[in-house]
Amino acid sequence: MGRQKPDMIKGTLDMLILKIVSMEPMHGWGISERIQQLSRDALQVNQGSLYASLHKLTREGWIRSYWEVTENNRRAKYYALTRAGERQLGMEAEHWDRLASAVARIMAVS
Amino acid sequence: MRWLSNLRFRLMATLAPSRLERELNEEMAFHLDMEVRKLVAGGMSPEAARREALRNFGEPLRQREKARDSWGVRWIHDFRSDLMLAWRGARKSPVLSLAAIITLALGIGGVTAIFTVVNGVLLKPLPYSNAETLVALNHTMPGIGNPSVPLGPALYHTYRDHSRSLEDIGLWRFTTRTVTGAGEPERVRAISVTETLLPLLGLDPALGRRFTAEDVSPASEGPVILSYGYWQSRFGSDPDILGKTIRLDGTESPIVGVMQPRARIQDVETDLILPLRLDRTSQGVGNWSFPGIARLKPGVTPESASAELSDLTPLACELYPGIPLEELRRREFGTVATPLKEAVVGNAETLLWVLFGTVGMVLLLACTNVANLFLVKAEGRARDVALRKALGASRERLARQALTESLTMGLMGGVMGVLLAFGGVRLLLNMAPTSLPRVDEIRLEPVVLLVALGTALLAGTVFGFLSVFRGGEGSLATPLKEGSRGAGGGQGRARTRNALAVVQVAMAMVLLVGSGLMLRTFVALQGVPPGYQRPEKVLTFRISIPMSEAPAGEDVIAGHREIVRRLSEIPGVTSVSAAASVAMEFWESWQTILMEDYPVPEGDANPLRRLNWITPGHFVTMENPLRAGRSFEWVDILEARPVAVVSEAFAREFWASPAEALGKRFQTEDEQPWKEIIGVAGDVRTRGVTQPAPALVYFPFVMEGLWGDEVFSQRSLRYAVRTTRQSATDILPEAREAVWSANPDLPLSSIRTLEEIFAESIAQTSFTLTMLVVAALVAVLLGMVGVYGVISYLVSQRTGEMGLRMALGANVAQVRWMVLKQAGILASMGVGIGAAAALALSHLIVSLLFGVGWTDPLTYGVVSLSLVGVVLLASYLPARRAAGVDPTEALRGD
Repeated sequence: MGRQKPDMIKGTLDMLILKIVSMEPMHGWGISERIQQLSRDALQVNQGSLYASLHKLTREGWIRSYWEVTENNRRAKYYALTRAGERQLGMEAEHWDRLASAVARIMAVS
Repeated sequence: MRWLSNLRFRLMATLAPSRLERELNEEMAFHLDMEVRKLVAGGMSPEAARREALRNFGEPLRQREKARDSWGVRWIHDFRSDLMLAWRGARKSPVLSLAAIITLALGIGGVTAIFTVVNGVLLKPLPYSNAETLVALNHTMPGIGNPSVPLGPALYHTYRDHSRSLEDIGLWRFTTRTVTGAGEPERVRAISVTETLLPLLGLDPALGRRFTAEDVSPASEGPVILSYGYWQSRFGSDPDILGKTIRLDGTESPIVGVMQPRARIQDVETDLILPLRLDRTSQGVGNWSFPGIARLKPGVTPESASAELSDLTPLACELYPGIPLEELRRREFGTVATPLKEAVVGNAETLLWVLFGTVGMVLLLACTNVANLFLVKAEGRARDVALRKALGASRERLARQALTESLTMGLMGGVMGVLLAFGGVRLLLNMAPTSLPRVDEIRLEPVVLLVALGTALLAGTVFGFLSVFRGGEGSLATPLKEGSRGAGGGQGRARTRNALAVVQVAMAMVLLVGSGLMLRTFVALQGVPPGYQRPEKVLTFRISIPMSEAPAGEDVIAGHREIVRRLSEIPGVTSVSAAASVAMEFWESWQTILMEDYPVPEGDANPLRRLNWITPGHFVTMENPLRAGRSFEWVDILEARPVAVVSEAFAREFWASPAEALGKRFQTEDEQPWKEIIGVAGDVRTRGVTQPAPALVYFPFVMEGLWGDEVFSQRSLRYAVRTTRQSATDILPEAREAVWSANPDLPLSSIRTLEEIFAESIAQTSFTLTMLVVAALVAVLLGMVGVYGVISYLVSQRTGEMGLRMALGANVAQVRWMVLKQAGILASMGVGIGAAAALALSHLIVSLLFGVGWTDPLTYGVVSLSLVGVVLLASYLPARRAAGVDPTEALRGD
């Protein structure tokens, strides 16, 4: 599995998690896999950072957690988006857009 | 709402971290599992998959740490683990920890207790509004050697009308009254005040009103204000008290007010407040009888007020008759304003600061001991610390742990100290001389407690730093390699401990010198002949026959004579007499005495001498033998003969021997009849044993021709009853019976034995002495412990060296001598530094010393030698241990 050390800008992991969870509630491993899939292996999450992020997001009240039994009959902690989280996701997405466009504009100057 | 969920999360993380931990673990385990499953599904073997998954996952410990960090409560956990570590550390060496805490507690408790007293007496402002602008007023007459007398009424009126420095001025005078009527007759303390005094001090009555100008005029009926306490005790807090009357000295006086609880004037809560009636028209310049209190106008200093008031003297002499201006000039008459707090506190200040310094030093001693203990602990943990460093603990973390530990101990010591202080304050108040001013205001206040806890925390921090900087030294490898005989940092630690021991010895030296000087003072005081013998056999009490009972002089004579007769009939009583004041009561009356054979030269001031009024038998009761002539008989008094007795000191002023004084005459004023000296009595120290015996003149207690033509009667007399019984107080019930059988309305007040009066007069010295001796003993004890510790440590450091020496042929005595020599050097340094410090400090307590100079060589010599001896004694045990070392063992090392 060719992997490069993913460069994650601080805070983007939070946003990505929110996005993933907004599509459907998921447990930690699932979120990590999804990020990898959806980014086509470009981004690989460091597990420690993942859980740190998850807990922080829970603390802030943007996601909530609950235990459930998976298809394989194992207990796993699922995370779901809260209303506040929805709002936060919107704000962060917008912020990211503006940032990305700004950077692109500078880089476009030849 | 974010903050709410935030808070909830943090609370849960703090209160139930184990649950979060478990969940985290489960999550991570699940994650790992899924990853392995994925890899296996992709073709890997389970073991390879597991390895790969773990590798991807990263170091589990670190990941967990990271996750936990995000909980945002890391610092709480760290703090908690630090505390637990501190607790465990303390439990591992319980003796050390307990010793440290107790030592700290004693030191902090002592300092807090004394500081409470100092705060109440010296630092707190007086309980009046704007107390800083209040001053006490006195006249001074250095020209006749009189440093301070109270104010004269003519001057008071002058100042009131014409002074520009004073907002207002009031006079007061302590007095007593007999209260009769409903209930037992009792003698109560009262204070007479001008109508200006209460408003001046800002004291408002709780009920009723203050005095008005009419109340202090001679024509008024003399209204009374009760103190709160007296209103409660005598009148049962009667709400309708205003308008009722109280029978004072036989006269019915209306009650017009009740003061607030605990209101005090001049630090005394008298039962009654009476109007001070000064008749303006008949008051001349003179009659220095009334202490004054004044409030300065804003911006006026006491010095400028003193100058201005002194400048008003000529005006007073113009406006009022009495002593002429030239006479006042001769006496160098002036007025002095002293800040009121100073006047109230008096010379308790020196005493209290001495105490504070003493206890402060003991605290420092305690701290150096505790510092030593911490160093020992730090050394014991040196390996521990090195190990932890090797395992990755940061320096900051280690320092934080050490600090937490020492702070915890400091805090525990502080809390214990505060508890001790509660008891300590109570003890101090019991032991303190009754003359200690403002005793009522001594309370443990939040300020003091904060100071105590602050000290504890400061101490804890300092010790923590000490262990960190002295314990965390040395390279990593050294302690692990060389076992317990650590080299490297050992050098610096030894020096610190040496320094600490020297400091301890030095402080013990200072305290011992102080105690030595006070001890010699005390002994000297005991040795001064006070003017009477066997005071424990003499019971005294005051009786005053009021005007209503005995309007004329003859009645006063008859009244007191009857009481004396009945008292002498009590079995076991050898002698009874009475006097206006008995030695060391500090009750003073002054009078001009003009000797017939020694006329006062022109331009000189008239000499003033102290007076006392006595009944026949006074000198017999006091066992103060007459040096010449005889004392009064009842017939002298009944026939109003113009006779007097003088003290030896008086006689010595004019004649070579006491006998020569007999028959000489003097006047009290120019036109007055001559009085003849019929006897010379032994000296009496009326102002306490530290002052020389004054020149005293004794008059019969009822006489004519003192001032003008009227008969002077001293109604209030202190009775002295000498008995052969075991203790003088045994005859008190019979004495009461005897007095009441003569007159049922006469209460006995101020009952004490002569011995008690004497003890009170040296109470200040006794108290200081006790405190210093206790402190010095504690200091010596702590010093001994400290020296013992240091020498033991040094011995243990040099076991190897000593083993070597002994293997090479040194004998036991030589080794022992080595150790003792080292101890001796420490001791000498300590004594030397201590002596220098003692010299510097003991001249501060000169005012408390008597009969011994502050550089007294005997004291210094004895104390130095004893201290060196004590130090050598403390080092004896370690020295013996050093000599008992087995050379082979020592060389083998750890």
